[in-house]
Order: sequence, then structure tokens, then C-alpha cells
Amino acid sequence: MNRLSSKLRTLGIAVTLALVASGANAEDTIKVGVLHSLSGTMAISETTLKDTMLMLIDEQNKKGGLLGKKLEAVVVDPASNWPLFAEKARELLTKDKVSAIFGCWTSVSRKSVLPVIEELNGLLFYPVQYEGEESSKNVFYTGAAPNQQAIPAVDYLMNDLKAKRWVLAGTDYVYPRTTNKILEAYLLSKGVAKKDIMINYTPFGHSDWQSIVADIKKFGSAGKKTAVVSTINGDANVPFYKELGNQGISAEKIPVLAFSVGEEELSGMDTKPLVGHLAAWNYFMSIDTTKNAAFIKQWHDYIKNPKRTTNDPMEAHYIGFNMWVKAVEKAGSTDPEAVQKAIIGVEFPNLTGGTSKMLPNHHISKPVLIGEIQDDGQLLTVWQTNKLIDGDAWSDFLPESKAIIADWTAPISCGNYNTKTKKCSGQNF
Amino acid sequence: MKPNSFKRCCRVILGLMLLLPILSIGQENAAEETFTQALAKLKAASTQERGLAIEQLAAVQNPQATVVLKALLDGRLFTLKADDKLVIGEELELDYQISAAENSEKLGTVDRSATQKITLTNSLRTSLRKLIGRLELNDKDAGIRLAAVNAMAKSMDDESLTLLHEHLVAEQDKKVQKAITLILGLEQLNSADQAQRLSAIALLKDQASQAVVNRLNELVDKDAEGHYLEADSDVRNQAEAALAKINSELQVYAAIETLFFGLSLGAVLVLAAIGLSITFGVMGVINMAHGELMMLGAYTTYVIQQLMPNHLGLSLVVAIPAAFIISALVGIIIERGIIRFLYGRPLETLLATFGVSLFLQQTVRSIFSPLNRSVATPEWMSGSLQINDFLSLTWNRLYILVFCLLVFFLLLQILKRTRLGLEVRAVAQNRNMAKAMGIPTGRVDALTFGLGSGIAGIAGVALSQISNVGPNLGQTYIVDSFMVVVFGGVGNLWGTLVAGFSLGLANKFLEPYAGAVLAKILVLVFIILFIQKRPRGLFPQRGRAVEG
Repeated sequence: MNRLSSKLRTLGIAVTLALVASGANAEDTIKVGVLHSLSGTMAISETTLKDTMLMLIDEQNKKGGLLGKKLEAVVVDPASNWPLFAEKARELLTKDKVSAIFGCWTSVSRKSVLPVIEELNGLLFYPVQYEGEESSKNVFYTGAAPNQQAIPAVDYLMNDLKAKRWVLAGTDYVYPRTTNKILEAYLLSKGVAKKDIMINYTPFGHSDWQSIVADIKKFGSAGKKTAVVSTINGDANVPFYKELGNQGISAEKIPVLAFSVGEEELSGMDTKPLVGHLAAWNYFMSIDTTKNAAFIKQWHDYIKNPKRTTNDPMEAHYIGFNMWVKAVEKAGSTDPEAVQKAIIGVEFPNLTGGTSKMLPNHHISKPVLIGEIQDDGQLLTVWQTNKLIDGDAWSDFLPESKAIIADWTAPISCGNYNTKTKKCSGQNF
Repeated sequence: MKPNSFKRCCRVILGLMLLLPILSIGQENAAEETFTQALAKLKAASTQERGLAIEQLAAVQNPQATVVLKALLDGRLFTLKADDKLVIGEELELDYQISAAENSEKLGTVDRSATQKITLTNSLRTSLRKLIGRLELNDKDAGIRLAAVNAMAKSMDDESLTLLHEHLVAEQDKKVQKAITLILGLEQLNSADQAQRLSAIALLKDQASQAVVNRLNELVDKDAEGHYLEADSDVRNQAEAALAKINSELQVYAAIETLFFGLSLGAVLVLAAIGLSITFGVMGVINMAHGELMMLGAYTTYVIQQLMPNHLGLSLVVAIPAAFIISALVGIIIERGIIRFLYGRPLETLLATFGVSLFLQQTVRSIFSPLNRSVATPEWMSGSLQINDFLSLTWNRLYILVFCLLVFFLLLQILKRTRLGLEVRAVAQNRNMAKAMGIPTGRVDALTFGLGSGIAGIAGVALSQISNVGPNLGQTYIVDSFMVVVFGGVGNLWGTLVAGFSLGLANKFLEPYAGAVLAKILVLVFIILFIQKRPRGLFPQRGRAVEG
């Protein structure tokens, strides 16, 4: 009996050991969630970012992983379906127990993930330029805030191209609406008359631009230099630029400065009618630095297609991922709470020759570049800020957010802090 | 002046006179030198340097300079990566045929990757156009002279003005004369003499152009306190009268323009819907994959363009039958494989075809990547037919309008005059009776569905010229297509045509007042109300067959 029980005990220990060992095996990798649509409308933009993440993780593993462990990518497909983004984020955090999520493109997908990620205290790195007015404890915004793209772009049009009349054209959803609200307030503050600003919204995927382009043409031929600031999104751009070209509006007459048209979008367009129009980003593939050349080569080798382009959100993921790696190393663990503390102040060289820094408001510092579209689909830099610009979560040009700042370091530790009333509203998005 | 210094002066002048012939030779050399210097400066990295180089080149009296400037504007000026030499390239299939920039000497061909293009910015392009305009003002071809004058008008300065004044005397061509007098007239308005200005207004009144309207508007404008900016009341009144005359003309043009916009939007709607009006209207199949069949047509255009990259126009013509065949084949497979088991069960058909549409989208994503593909537009389809300064009709829309009508009448003839058409109509009217008459209904169903799908493919070719070619192309148009077919009356081709054009026109006439988003909503609301009143659409099918 005694013998049997001791045998049983040994068996029990063995089983426990085996279980622990297998558990330890699972713990041997650090899981990274990739939350980008691989099907549906947004697949056009997001698939590339999924590949970028896989490349970066692969590269990190070749360098020996992180904290002595291998990184493992967990790729899920939220299928361009906003509620599904929230579900998949929950799945990543509870089932797969990922240490960080890199993902989302549209603002609406981010807003749908936000409650989940705050509830489960995860980490989300969001790589796309967006409308601002948000700073969550659990989200790191590696894309541009409005003051890192829209405001400098308008300054360029105003000072260098001497634009006097403005068309703010956008797709009808939250990013263009908020950006245009900020821009309108900014233009009015610069002394532009209300009648010299034309604001126009079109539905998603709008394909018949005839009347709108004719209107822009009329608005722009009133003798004053006119510029179009375009927040037109995705698929609607091709017919828009085609119509501009066909109605004879050249970039010399009425330049169009776009916030959502990059190298990737250009690769799917006939660039003839676009030459000379402008785009504002924080990264161009044409930037001539050794870091960028190495990144492009790495991308081409990974994707096995020398014709693929790199773009701004890819660079954002590159910076965001490496900042996360540095923060994890600094904290010595992947615990979200520790990483959140450690990542603030982390610096990493970006691809355009500067060094970006994670700020207390969870945004990063970036240079602002303005480029003219060339006929090979690349953007030629015509203007750039001489230093990096710090991302501002809450716009200073909107009366309701003027006094608000975000600062996740002690003693404020708040995403929506009113500097006048000294109160934290808790409404972070 | 002291006599002594006077003497010295004379001596210097004398000496200078003696030197003159030598100097002029020196000048020629100097010109040659500036030319080479300017060429070298074109390679400079800074935009400003290149701008200066362009101005220097334009100032040199050297025909080669014009050649270089034009090549630069067309994006054909390169440096060779190997030896940094400046060359002009002519595009061959894969590489460039190059010639030296300084003397057009042929240098053979080089690989594209061995060259580096001299880049331009908008400001450089504007200045280039102006400078080339000045150089081309004396060209033999009147068309080039006209373009030159217009290019100069875009950035007017004193030098251009004197040049135009001088040129007007020698100019023979009426059109060019008119363009120059217009520009000079606008300048004349700035004169100090009242008579001059009044005569300028009288001249400009009959030459309505955007520049004239802007200038006249300036004359009648008030400042913030309500005072007129223009002090001279005679000039102001004349300008007001002239503006009134021009504005009444403009209203007519604006109406014509909106009409054209409406018709062309209608043409796109009809093209997208006409295939559906066969499958849905005649056969009663709710085909949610209709949009994807259009997408297949658009991708066929892309593939064919890739196969024949040097014949843009021809590839488009070839794409029409090819797209028809491919979409028709896929349509027949869908019909034989899925739909024929589901006749009479519309809900299941709807679900099944919706599944097919997702399947087709993802297939295209896997084969062609989720990115949009760029389909180039041939030269004859880009740009616009410029009727005057206020009215221009874009070529691609004009072609699509004509193409839409062609397809429509062809389809009508097929249904009316061919055996297949007869059988299709028979099956649609009464399936059992047709079967009893010996018509193979299964085969007719497959062919009808193929015909409808093929037409969708053709629509895809047209859409590839105005829209994105990507996996989502179909989704953009599917709702509109159903809307048109239902509004026009199920089973009636004419109904589809009328419905398409009226929806297009309604949309475009509403848009200026309501904005694009609201206009779309208003049209939808109108259709819903209309369907409440007349559930069978504009042109309902009549007769016993419908009831059955």
C-alpha cells in the first residue's frame, strides 16, 4: 500500500513536472498580436502592415528574440468589420494572452477596440495618422496627430505657395470631419475670410466627381491662388484625381495636398494626372538615408518583390515596434503596466534621419515632410520641418480642447487633463 | 567737367569702340559658355539653382536650349549614373534611346536603371512653361503659338507684355490675335486713362473668359465698409453692364454642364444595371455577385493591358470581347453550378450569390493582391473637349455615354431579333409553355445568365477607365444597379435606360444645392416613396405572365 502510494506520488510529481514543463514551453515565447484586416474594404491598406509586422518580428527573432525568448506573431483577421475588431482584440488578450497588439487603421476600428483594451489593460500600437482628440492609457499613437501633418501642411500652402482660398475636401467620417474642423479654426485664426473656405464632404468610395471638381474649378478660378486640402480616403481618390486631370486642373493651377495618399495608394493609380500634386507625411520612400535604404532592402527581400513600396504607416510600425522592444528590455518584463511606464521617454532613430521619442501623452515626435508626386509614383520632398514636431493629442486650435493636455506620467497621469480647472475628466476618447 | 577729364573720357570711348568687334566675338563665346554652365547647373540638387539655370538657358540665343528645356518639361532629361552626363532620353520598350543634351548627338541606348531623372517642382514647371512660351512665340505652327501665348498669360510679367505687344503686329492667325488682344485688353484696364479703360471693357465684354470675369468682378467689388474699390463710376457702371451680359451666358453653360454630368452619371448607372436587368429582370434571379462580374471585367482590362503595354488604345478595344467572354463564362458556371438548383427560392439564391460574391472578391485578392491595380487611360480618352473657357466636356465621360448607348441598342437587338432573344422572352413569359413548345429551358437559362454576366463584364471595362480596379469595385455599384433596375421596372430594358438617366440627372441637379451626401439620400428616399406608390417601377410588365 505504502509502496503503491509512493509510486503514485512519484507519478503525480512526474505529471506535475511535465505539466509545468509544457507550461514553461508555452511561456518560452512572447506573443505579439497583429490586428489588421486581411479581407474586406480595408485589406487594401492593412495587409501590408501585417506583412511589415511579421518582417519586424522575424528580424527581432534573428537578433535573438526578446528577454531571451522568441517572439511569436498571432495574426487575426478582423475583416474590415468594426465590431469584429473589438471581438478579435478580446480574443487576442484573453485567449492568446498577447503582450502587445499592433493594429487598426481606421479611427472607427480604433474606437471600437479602445474599451476592450482599457478593460483588459492591454497595449495597442496604432500606426496611422489620425484626427487626435484622444489619449488612452493603453494606446500608443505612432502615426501623426493633426499638428504633425495637417497644420504644417497648411502652413506650407499658405507661406510657400501663397494660397489665399481653400477647399477642404474630405470623405464623410470622423477623421476628415475633425481634421477639417481644426483646419477651419486654424485658417480663420490666420485671417482667412469665411467666404474663401469651401468645405465639401462626399460619401465613402464616391466615384462620380464631375460636379464637385467643376465646383472646385469655379471656386479656384476667381483670381486668387487656391489650394485643395484633401482628406479624401482610399478608393475615392483615383476617380477624384482622374477627374481633376480630365477637367484640366493641373497642380500648377490648383495644387491638391492629400493626407491619405501615399506610395502604396499611388502604386495602384495611373500617375499621369497626379504629377505635381502634393502629399504630407512623416516619411517618404524616396528619403535618402542609409537607414531607409536598409529598410527598403529588408522589405523587398522579405516580401520577395522589388517593386513593392514602403509607406508612412509602415515606418510608424517600425518605430512603434522597436520602441516597445526597448521598453520591454528596460522594464525587464512584458507586463503592460511596466511597459507603459518604461516606454515614455524611449528614443528610437526613425528612417528619415532623426530620433523619435515617445512622449508622456503617448504620441511620438516626428518630422513633417511635404512631397510632390512624381510620375513614377514616388514623392519628392519639397519642404520639411527643420526639427521633429511633438505630437499633440488635443488640438490647440479647437476652443473645446484648447486647455486640455494628456500626460501619463505622475503626478497628472491623465489622458484628458484640463490645465485651467486642474481636473482630470477621465473621458480619454 | 574739366577739359582734362573730358579728353580722358573721349579716349576711353574711342578705345571701347575699337574693342567692340572683339567683344562681340567674345560675347558669342560667352553665350556658349553660359549655355554649358547653365546645363551643368541643371544637375544641381537645390530647386533654386535649377530655377536659375532654366532662366539662363532661356536667355541664351541657342536653338538647342529650347530642345533641352522642352525635354526637361516632358521629364525626358536625365543624367547618366555612370559619368554624370546630361542626356535627353526617348522611351523605348525597356530602355532609353539617349542623345547628348548639349548637341543632340546620338549616344545609343541605355538601361532605365542607369539614368537619374532631373526632377521638377510646380514652381519650376510654371516658369518653364512661361519661358518656353516666349521662345515658341515665333513658331511656324499657329497652334503652338496659341499655346505659347496661353502659357505666358498664366504668369504675366512686363517682359512677356512687351513681347506680346511686339508680336501682335506680326501675327496673322485670327485665334492667336484674339488671345493676345484679350491679354492686352486685361492689361489696358490697369491704364490711368479713362477712355482707354472703357474701350478695354467694351472689347472684353464680347470675349467672355474666366480671366475677364475675375477682372470685371474686381472692378465692381466693395470693400468691408461698403465702399466701391473702383473710384471711377463710369468704369464701374460699364463693368457691371458687361458682367450682367456675361453672367447670363454663364448660366446657360452651367445648365448644359450639369445636364452632361447627369447624363454621364446616368450612362455609368445604366451600364452597371443593364446586365442585372437581364438576370434579375428577365430571369428573376437576385444575383448579388453581379458587381463582382463587373470587377472581373475590369481585371480583364488590366491583364490585357499588361500583355500589350505599348498599345493602350488597342488593348482597351480587345478587352471588350475578352471581358465579355470571361464574365459570361463565370456567369454560366455560377448558374449551372448553383443557381439552377435554387430557382423559385429567391432568399436562398440571394444568400448563395452573396457567398459567391465574397468568394470572387477573395480570389481576386489572392491572385492580384488586395491593392488596387492601375489601368492606364489612352491619350484619346483623357483630357476634355474644350468648347470655351466655361464649358468643357471630359472625353472619357463622352466615350462612356456613347458606349453605353451602343451596348444598350445592341442588347435590345439581340433580344428582339435573334433566336436566343426569342427563346429568352418565351421562357421569361411562361416557362412551362415554352418547355411544352420544345425550348430547352435549361440551356436558355444558362445562356441568358451568361449574356447578363457578359454585359456586366463589358461594364467593368468602362468602369476601369473612371474608377479603381480593385477587389471592392463591385460593391460600389451593386446597390446602384439594383436601384436602377427596380426603379425602371423589373424585366424592361427601356425602363432601365430611362431610370438610369433620370437618377443620374436627379442626382446631379440636386448635388449643387444639397451636397453629394444629401443628394444621394434624397434620391434614395424618393425611390422608396416611388416604389410605395408604384411597386412595379416606371414601366411595369403587363399581362398574365406577370401574375403567375
